[in-house]
Amino acid sequence: MEFLLYIRVIRIFVKFVFNVLENMETNRRQFLKIFGISTLSGLGSIPAIWAFTQHSALSTQHFGKRWAMVVDIKKFKTEDDYKKCIDACHSVHNVPDFGNPKDEVKWIWKMPYKNTFPEQEDDYISGEMKNMPFTVLCNHCKNPPCVRVCPTKATFKRADGIVAMDYHRCIGCRFCMAACPYGSRSFNFRDPRPFIKEKNSEYPTRAKGVVEKCNFCEERLSKGLQPACVEACKDNKALIFGDLNDPDSEVRKVLETNYTIRRKPELGTQPGVYYIVGAKEDV
Amino acid sequence: MYNGSKIIAGLIIFVALATFPFLYNIGKVNAKPELKIDTPVIEQLKEKECVESEEFMKAKHMQLLNRWRDMAVRDGERVYVNSKGEKYEISLQNTCLKCHSNKKEFCDKCHNYMSVKTHCWDCHLTSEEKQKT
Amino acid sequence: MFEKALTGDKRYWGWIFSLLLIMGTGFIFYLKQLDYGLGITGMSRDVSWGLYIAQFTFLVGVAASAVMLVIPYYLHDYKKFGKIIIFGEFLAISAVIMCLMFVFVDMGQPMRAMNIILYPTPNSIMFWDMLVLNGYLLLNLTIGWTTLNAERNDMPPPDWVKPLIYVSIPWAISIHTVTAFLYAGLPGRHLWLTAIMAPRFLSSAFASGPALLIILCLIVKRVSNFDPGKEAIQTLGKIVTYAVIINLFFFLLEIFTAFYSNIPGHMHPFKYLFFGTEGHGKLVPWMWTAFILSIMAIALLINPNMRKRENILMVSAVLVFISTWIDKGMGLVIGGFIPNPFEEITEYSPTIPEILITLGVWATGLLIITVLYKIAVSIKAPHPPLSPQGRGLR
Repeated sequence: MEFLLYIRVIRIFVKFVFNVLENMETNRRQFLKIFGISTLSGLGSIPAIWAFTQHSALSTQHFGKRWAMVVDIKKFKTEDDYKKCIDACHSVHNVPDFGNPKDEVKWIWKMPYKNTFPEQEDDYISGEMKNMPFTVLCNHCKNPPCVRVCPTKATFKRADGIVAMDYHRCIGCRFCMAACPYGSRSFNFRDPRPFIKEKNSEYPTRAKGVVEKCNFCEERLSKGLQPACVEACKDNKALIFGDLNDPDSEVRKVLETNYTIRRKPELGTQPGVYYIVGAKEDV
Repeated sequence: MYNGSKIIAGLIIFVALATFPFLYNIGKVNAKPELKIDTPVIEQLKEKECVESEEFMKAKHMQLLNRWRDMAVRDGERVYVNSKGEKYEISLQNTCLKCHSNKKEFCDKCHNYMSVKTHCWDCHLTSEEKQKT
Repeated sequence: MFEKALTGDKRYWGWIFSLLLIMGTGFIFYLKQLDYGLGITGMSRDVSWGLYIAQFTFLVGVAASAVMLVIPYYLHDYKKFGKIIIFGEFLAISAVIMCLMFVFVDMGQPMRAMNIILYPTPNSIMFWDMLVLNGYLLLNLTIGWTTLNAERNDMPPPDWVKPLIYVSIPWAISIHTVTAFLYAGLPGRHLWLTAIMAPRFLSSAFASGPALLIILCLIVKRVSNFDPGKEAIQTLGKIVTYAVIINLFFFLLEIFTAFYSNIPGHMHPFKYLFFGTEGHGKLVPWMWTAFILSIMAIALLINPNMRKRENILMVSAVLVFISTWIDKGMGLVIGGFIPNPFEEITEYSPTIPEILITLGVWATGLLIITVLYKIAVSIKAPHPPLSPQGRGLR
C-alpha cells in the first residue's frame, strides 16, 4: 500500500517539474501580462478609483453596454407566470433541485414583497401586497461587493456590466456570499449532477465546492438572444431586458415612463435590476 | 563517522525507494494508446482536420483549451479565428465534442496512459452524460 | 532541537498519542468531507460560514496576543516576561497554523488554494489576510527558534533578530485588523458593519490570548520543573483584566448605537443572539453564557487580592477564554448571517463530522504547542551541568 502511494507521489512530482519546465517560456510572458493587468484591474473595483481605470486601455474589451432588467410585477398574474420564467432559467443552465433549503441552489426565484424590500416596513401596507411574490435574481451591480472581496477574481465584472463567474477559478471560500447584500449567490454544497432532472447538453453543470448565480444569460446574449427568463414571459412583457447605455432601448423607455425601485439602493451598489411595483392589472 | 552504518543503510533504502518506480517498470509492455477519431460526425467530414493542424493539436491542445476558456469566460469572446482564418465557436461542449463525441476513446485513452487527471468533465457534459438525460 | 520533544514520561506520550488519535479521526472525516462536499457540515445558503471560520476568527486573536508579551519585554524592558516570552511566540505559531488549517478545511475547492497567489487580487481583504498571516507565522518561527537556540547555547540572540521583533509588533496588530476588515467592509451585514470591529477584535484578543497563556503557564508549572514566575503570570492577569473590561465596554457601545438609534437592521442580530427571533433562538443560551461568564470573570479579576490567588486566576482565565470563544467565534460569525438579506431566519448548528474535523485541527494545534513548549521547557528548566562532551551534542 505505502509503495503505491509513494510511487504516486513521485510521479506527481516528476510530472509537476516537467510541466513547469515545459510551460516556463509561455508562463513568463503570460505572467508579466497577467500580473500587470490583474493588479491594476483588481484595484479597479475599489469604487473611489473606479472612474480612473474603467476607461483606461487596460480594460480587456469595451462593449459600451450596460445590461439591465426591469421586472414589471403587475404583469405577473398567475402562479404560472412566475414558474415559466424560473423553469426556463433553471433548465437551460442545469440548475439542480436538491429539494431541501440547506443545499439549495437557485438563480432566479420568488420572494414576498416584505422580504424583497425589508426596509420598506410599514404597518399599513395591505397584507396582499406584503406577501406578493417578486422575482429576484442577481442584481448585476455597478459596484458589486462580491467582486470587491473575491480573492481570485473568480467573480468579476465584465465590460458590459454583467457580474460573471469563472467556475474554473473559484476556490469556494464563500466570501462573495457574505458580501452580497441581496442573497443572490448559491454554493454547491454537494455534487449537483444527480439532482439535475434534465440536463441541457449545450450548457455545463457546476462541480461541488463552487459558488454560482445568475449570469444574465451571457451565453445567449453573445448569440443575439434575450435571456431565457425574459423570453419565457415575452407574451405579457413581464420582464424587460436591454442596454442602459442605449437611450433608444426598451429598458430606458420603460424606466422613463414608469416609477421604478431597486433593492437596497442605500448601499451604493447600483443594482441593474429594477422593479415596477403596483397592484395587479385586471386580466 | 558517527552512526555511519545507520546513515549508509538509510541512504541505500532511500535510493532503492527513489528508483523503485523506474526499476519496477523495466521490461514491461507499455503499448502506446491508439486514439480513435471514427465518430459519425468526423466520418462525414470531407477534410478531416481539427480547428488547427494535427501536430498543433497534439502538442498544444491544453494551451488552446486554456486560452479558449479565458476568452469565452473572462473576455466574453466566443469566436476563434484559426491560423487559416476560419472561424469557430469557442465551446468545449458544443464545438470540440460535436466531432469528438467519443471521449472514452479519444481523450481518456491518452490521459490514462500518461496519468493526466483532467477536471473538465466535472462540469462539462460529455456525450455519454448527454445520452443519460 | 526537536530531539527534546522525543523524550518524555508515560503521561507525555499518552497525551501525544491521544492528540494523534483525535487528529486521525478529524482527518478521516475531512476525507469524507472532500468526497461529499461541504454539505456534510451544518452550513447552508443563508449561513454560509460556520464553525470553521468562527475558530479561524477566534484564533487570529490568540495569535495576535503574543504582542502583549513582546511590547512589555522589548519596548519597556520588563524583564519578568523574559522567561515566558517564548511561550507567547510559540502559542502564536500554533494559533496561526490552526487559522490556516481552518481556512483550508472551509474551502469548497481546496486543490485550488494556490489561486490566491496565482491571481493576486489586492482589492480582496482575504488576499491581504493570507499575506499577513503567513508573514506573522514566518516572523514568529524565526524569532522564537533563533532566540531559543541562542539561549540553549548561552549566547545573546543575534543582532538581526531585533528588527524582526520590532516589526512583529505592528504586524501582530495588523493580522487582527485585517481579519476584522474581512467582516467590517461588507455592506448589508449590519452586525459586522461597524468601525470598532478591529478594536473589538483586538480587545477580545488581548483578553483571550493572555488568558490562554496563563492557563498554559500554570499547566507547564504543574507538569514540569520549570517555573514561569509568579510575577509574570500576575502581570498577564492584569492584562487580561484590562482587556476583558475594555471588551465589555466595546460591546456595550455596539448595543447603545444599535438600540438608541433604533435602526431595525442594526438591532436584529443582537435581538436574535440574546432573545431569539420568531421562535428561533439556538444561540441564546450560548450568548448569555458568554455574557455571564465575562461578568463573573471581571468580578473575580478586578479585585487584586482575589487575582493574586493562583487558583482564582486560573478559574478566571478559563472563564474569559470560554466567554470570548463563544462571543467572537460563534456569536459574531453566525450572528452576522442571521437574519439573512431577506430578513428571514435560517439557523445553524454544526454537524458531528464538522465538530470532529474542528477538534482534529485543535488537536493539531495542541500537538504543536506541546512539542514546542516541551522543547522550550527542556532548554529553560534547570538541569544538571553536562560534561563538555555532552554539551557539544546538545
